[in-house]
Amino acid sequence: MQHNIKEHFNEDNAIHKLKHFLPSQQALKDFIHHNSLHAFQHMKFYDAIFKASKIFGFQVHLELSEYRAMYKTGRIREDILGKVIGKKKKDVTEWKNKLLNKKYDTINHPRIGQLRRLWKDVYHFDLDNRVHPLLYRILCAFLDQGIAVKGFPVANKSFIESIKELERNNWVSFFKTKRVKQQFLSGDYSITALLKRIAGKEEYFEQYLFDQQFAHHGWSGFTSAVEDNPQTLLDKKLITLKELAEFELLMELDALTHQFGNNWQPITNHVTVPPLDLLADEPRTEFSEVIELWQDAFEWSYYDSVLKGILIAKPKPLSKEESFAAIFCIDEREDSIRRHIEAVDKNCETFGAPGFFGVEFYFQQEGSKFYDKLCPAPVTPKYLIKEYNAGEIRKGEPLYTKHTHGILTGFFLSLTYGFWALGKKMQMMFSPKMSPAISNAYGHMDRQSALTIENKSTADVENGLQIGYTIDEMTARAEGFLRGIGMINNFAPIVYIVAHGSSSANNPHHGAHDCGACSGRPGATNARVQAFILNHKKVRAALGSKGIVIPDSTQFVGSMHDTAADVIGYYDEEILNKENAERHLQNKQNFETALNLNAKERSRRFASINTKQRLEHVRQAIHERSVSLFEPRPELGHGTNTLAIIGRRQTTKGLFLDRRAFLNSYDYSTDPEGNILTAVMRPIGLVCGGINLEYYFSRVDNIKMGAGTKLPHNVMGLFGVANSSDGDLRPGLPWQMIEVHDPVRLLVIVEHRPEIVLKAIQSSEEVFEWYKNEWVHIVALHPGEKQFYYFCNGAFERYDPITDAKEIGTIHNMEEFIEGAEEMETNHIVHATEENLPVYLLD
Amino acid sequence: MNQLEKILSQSITLFFIVPLAAFLLTQFFDNKKEKITGTIVRIAKVFYMLAAISFAIGWGVNGFSPISFKLVTLYQTEHFVFAINFHYDKITAVFSIVGSLIFFLVATFSKYYMHRDEGYKRYFSIILLFAAGYNFIIFSGNFETLFIGWETKGLCSFLLIAFYRNRYLPVKNAFKTISYYRISDVAMMLVMWMMHHLTHQNISFTQLGEAKEIAEQTNHTGMAVFIMSMLLLAAFIKSAQVPFTSWLPRAMEGPTSSSAIFYGSLSVHVGVFVLLRTYPFWQDMLWVKILVISIGALTAIIATLIARVQPTVKTQIAYSSAAQIGIIFIEVALGLHWLALIHFAGNAFLRTYQLLVSPSFLNYLVHHQYFHYHTQQEKPVGRLRTGLYMLGIKEWNMDALMYKYVWSPFKWIGRKLNPLQNQAAVILFAILALASLYFSHSKAGFITENKTILSVIMLSLALLSVLFAFTYRGSALKAWIYIFISHLFIFSGLLRNSTDVHAAEGMFYNIGITAAFLLGLFCLITTKKADNHISLNQFHGYVYEQKPTALLFLVSAIAMLGFPITTAFIGIDVFFTYVNSDQWLLITLLALCFIFIELSAIRIYLRIYCGPHKKLNHPVAFRSS
Repeated sequence: MQHNIKEHFNEDNAIHKLKHFLPSQQALKDFIHHNSLHAFQHMKFYDAIFKASKIFGFQVHLELSEYRAMYKTGRIREDILGKVIGKKKKDVTEWKNKLLNKKYDTINHPRIGQLRRLWKDVYHFDLDNRVHPLLYRILCAFLDQGIAVKGFPVANKSFIESIKELERNNWVSFFKTKRVKQQFLSGDYSITALLKRIAGKEEYFEQYLFDQQFAHHGWSGFTSAVEDNPQTLLDKKLITLKELAEFELLMELDALTHQFGNNWQPITNHVTVPPLDLLADEPRTEFSEVIELWQDAFEWSYYDSVLKGILIAKPKPLSKEESFAAIFCIDEREDSIRRHIEAVDKNCETFGAPGFFGVEFYFQQEGSKFYDKLCPAPVTPKYLIKEYNAGEIRKGEPLYTKHTHGILTGFFLSLTYGFWALGKKMQMMFSPKMSPAISNAYGHMDRQSALTIENKSTADVENGLQIGYTIDEMTARAEGFLRGIGMINNFAPIVYIVAHGSSSANNPHHGAHDCGACSGRPGATNARVQAFILNHKKVRAALGSKGIVIPDSTQFVGSMHDTAADVIGYYDEEILNKENAERHLQNKQNFETALNLNAKERSRRFASINTKQRLEHVRQAIHERSVSLFEPRPELGHGTNTLAIIGRRQTTKGLFLDRRAFLNSYDYSTDPEGNILTAVMRPIGLVCGGINLEYYFSRVDNIKMGAGTKLPHNVMGLFGVANSSDGDLRPGLPWQMIEVHDPVRLLVIVEHRPEIVLKAIQSSEEVFEWYKNEWVHIVALHPGEKQFYYFCNGAFERYDPITDAKEIGTIHNMEEFIEGAEEMETNHIVHATEENLPVYLLD
Repeated sequence: MNQLEKILSQSITLFFIVPLAAFLLTQFFDNKKEKITGTIVRIAKVFYMLAAISFAIGWGVNGFSPISFKLVTLYQTEHFVFAINFHYDKITAVFSIVGSLIFFLVATFSKYYMHRDEGYKRYFSIILLFAAGYNFIIFSGNFETLFIGWETKGLCSFLLIAFYRNRYLPVKNAFKTISYYRISDVAMMLVMWMMHHLTHQNISFTQLGEAKEIAEQTNHTGMAVFIMSMLLLAAFIKSAQVPFTSWLPRAMEGPTSSSAIFYGSLSVHVGVFVLLRTYPFWQDMLWVKILVISIGALTAIIATLIARVQPTVKTQIAYSSAAQIGIIFIEVALGLHWLALIHFAGNAFLRTYQLLVSPSFLNYLVHHQYFHYHTQQEKPVGRLRTGLYMLGIKEWNMDALMYKYVWSPFKWIGRKLNPLQNQAAVILFAILALASLYFSHSKAGFITENKTILSVIMLSLALLSVLFAFTYRGSALKAWIYIFISHLFIFSGLLRNSTDVHAAEGMFYNIGITAAFLLGLFCLITTKKADNHISLNQFHGYVYEQKPTALLFLVSAIAMLGFPITTAFIGIDVFFTYVNSDQWLLITLLALCFIFIELSAIRIYLRIYCGPHKKLNHPVAFRSS
């Protein structure tokens, strides 16, 4: 990665390097969480973030004053701070004094942008102002997926070729000067040649290019993402980052020529300093060490009490006569619903598994012209499952018609629809309800429809994808799924597979609320498919031969939890036999009660809902939020996620974790050698760590790494948002999603012997990188010793929580406890983090 | 006047007092006290809606006859009357009901939408002030009253565009918008000026018909042409007609809900209101009708051509709204006033709705794509089609043209005035200004016979001072001083120009401006203490660390330009009348001075207090975001 300034400039290498550092967020419909600083993941966490900060000017941690304020409020614990300092520094008193009192110059002048700002300093010429607005417009128009009434006139050609087609023989031009237009049309240019004219000396080329592209990292990042994943746009567009850089250089040349004629020189002719090595490592400063200690202390102030809680929580005895089992997604939002359903029905058992439930495929909704990938993002499925016999066809919303933008149609529609819009506004304010304009979690698949799950013949292929699974393929997936969560015997009469999705209104980021393991979509289809497979007689027979015997009386039911509206919908209920149908009726009622309680628990964070109302009213209010166009926080997404616990439900069942833990069921006793664990651990870093770090960075610098407040957002081309009409695209999470989040790294807790855990995370370099470089913490809970081991500097070492057992409170009455929890005073971090509750024991 | 009419007239004031009182009340509470702000707004919005509807009913019961009412005379001499007059008829009725409904809905929407925004209180304060300003406009019975609302509304627009004031783009676009608005403000001042000379009094809107007759009888059609040109300019700018349309999409920088109430609906239709209100004056002027119809039609066509190629939701709505307003202008000119009013209401409701739900277009249209997508076929593209497409993407160059032909020349002059930055020049100009003030005041002088030349010289100096301030990139203090010097020159020039200036009027003008100047000076000096650097070459974003000073400076800046918060407001209005209707050079200079005084003062506010905060010890937004 070391950048050698002596080597010759090679434009392809430079573009390749650029792509590595640009944000990689795809179109918002495919919201997939990832580490915002993925380009630095090969480095240790702290080295990486401070380096990124120096290069790009990102804020990568809370402000010093904020850590200090949290220490004053007790949110960062004194004993933990002492322990953290003691671990990394010799002189504890001295360092503690530095942390608490010393003044630091916290101003950060980034390396990026130093070269190109000379246009302003030397020529008093605002090059960005001249180039950016039109450049964004052209880019957005080219990539537009269907906002414009008249779309881009040239189809199926690359970006540059399309613009050329427009410019050729035209009476209008995007260029201001004939000379540059001619040069563009003749094709007689290259990045290197253009840089020579604009930037001048070769050794500055790369710096110039980085400056230029990072002046609008949103658009450049998206261009690069489309280049790498063209399928993120349904209406495919051919564009490369190289084309963008070429075109931008031409526009710069055009602007400069237009302004100065020939009276200007390449910018580096005015430079007196040598080229900056943008990507050079940044030596750590005392300030950065102080921040490191504060951040560690902030993290361990919570972790330590959780670990203690796990040690002292009394495991609840398993019921002999299980009423039902329910497998939820590992998503931390399902922590609370699991807790509540277990409280309502003491005889049920819950599990957690990644929400694609072990079945990876493309899904095609009936009538849809595209496939949706329903599995984790890095997986490329070979299967297609199609919906048929859907009862309901998607309705339109007349007021969203584009005819309001025509002259005459606009005239008639404003005279008619205009007044209807008034009525609609009244209705949306005072009686919000589901409509086609609202993202409906259940809208992706009709509840009455059928699916092509079972493959009829392996020749049954569409666009290179096999339609449905063969029996063998089904069996393999069923086995992997059941073994992963340790459900291999003692089957309950009904096993619910509960996917999740999220309904929300007026929310371009709705994809970020859906299931991450299903590439940012509701997982209902996966639940239905896995339930179908596990109910399949031939599959069961095959499973039996592999030692997993599912009794005939056991039936699987697919369903989905809407995490915003707090509703559960069930699929294929008609397959239940008589006894199970009766049980199901009872279970449904229990789920309803649990959902009421879940709504109440969530409502404590919503100022507009009175938590102390009757349960049904709270639930109604929660439901209305999800269909309210005026509500920028239909739910809080993954905000507050902190823990990932891989182990039996028994280890966490007695704990109140405040919806902060990803819970992945795994039974060490069924996997003494850790073979299953390796598979279980594979997605944890990528999925949970990715979510956690995206929240972390969007929280600490919401303005640059997050999308900022969503209130002024303008939808661009159906793939992104920007502020206003002339703004850069805004990747990352909006303020309204992260304001409750405590920016701490994920702590993964695995219930197995340390050496087995080590083997599992070392299974591949990509997996190991997360832990080795401390982007994610990991602790092994030794099942025999009941002892924690923390992974540090390449090895697991014993960790004894210092939290006193007496410091961990006990919840006797959940409803009263929720009502008593305080709401944040403001969304400043010091206040916001007080809303997040510590760990409690459950009575 | 019967009993009912009396009650109605008396109660008109409530339309301003209630939102203004609510505005003032919100100032006393902390931003995090959302419940209190919410309650104040709820009372105001419910009152406003009920009042608007019951007032219309009362007016109907009274027989739909227009109600006119003089509230108070603020200042009066034998030749000048500054009175607050109200007028209510069908036009006011429609604008009032539509306004109150939209205000009610948007305020309700925002209560949830704005939750926990750091500018929660600021947002509601501004929209309350806007409500008062809007009502001043639509209930106004004369130009003076309308102008109070006109300026208030402009200020509120500006504040909401620059709502996210620590980012670059909102600040840039707020300045862009206010520079358009300022032209329309000054155009409105010129309307008042000429109307005064035409009728020799401060006429109310009910007298517009008479004013027209006076113009015809006294053969002063030139005056009428001037009045109408300025009035149309003011209306076209405020309603974003061609060639001024490009400010509209750029104004959508604030929270979506504020864009909805301002640029989707109420604010942008004010031009329509003005044309409807002044219709009796121009109903027989064929050329005005032709011009309004032409501009309206041109806007309808061009804005539609732009709207249909826009790839972003809000700009698309902005342009199609402007296109419909073009059609409404045509309806007004054709005398189809009921149609125009209904069309206004429909367009306002529709665009507010579209803007409020604009984020949901992403999900809705992506879904639409899933089911209705057709692969685009490669086909030869015609020159006309691609040309129009590209023009649309470039917004017909309107933005660049405005810059090139309107602002660039003045910037060029300003930059040539660089020598004024010398300490000696500042002192010289200050002495010169004070001297001319003294001589003008004492009416002493060497060339008493030709007062116009002296006045022209003084106003030229005023313009030069302010143009320097407008383009200067050095110390904000110097720029601020030059603005004040400019005011002194204006004052003495106008004093010199007339023989019968009342002492009180001079006092009004002077006290207001001097107080504003001193307050601004105090703020800038306070800010300078922070790190001794307040050059206008960059944005400093001091509002991040000095909120109260920033607010005070804003107050002083708007006072400096004669915003109706100091006596200077009346003083400036009266002083305009001291320029005779045939002194074209003088009035041009004066108008330009008033345009650039505001822009220079606002520029200082934006550069020193807004924009990305210069200290990078906390997250500061990228310029492009």
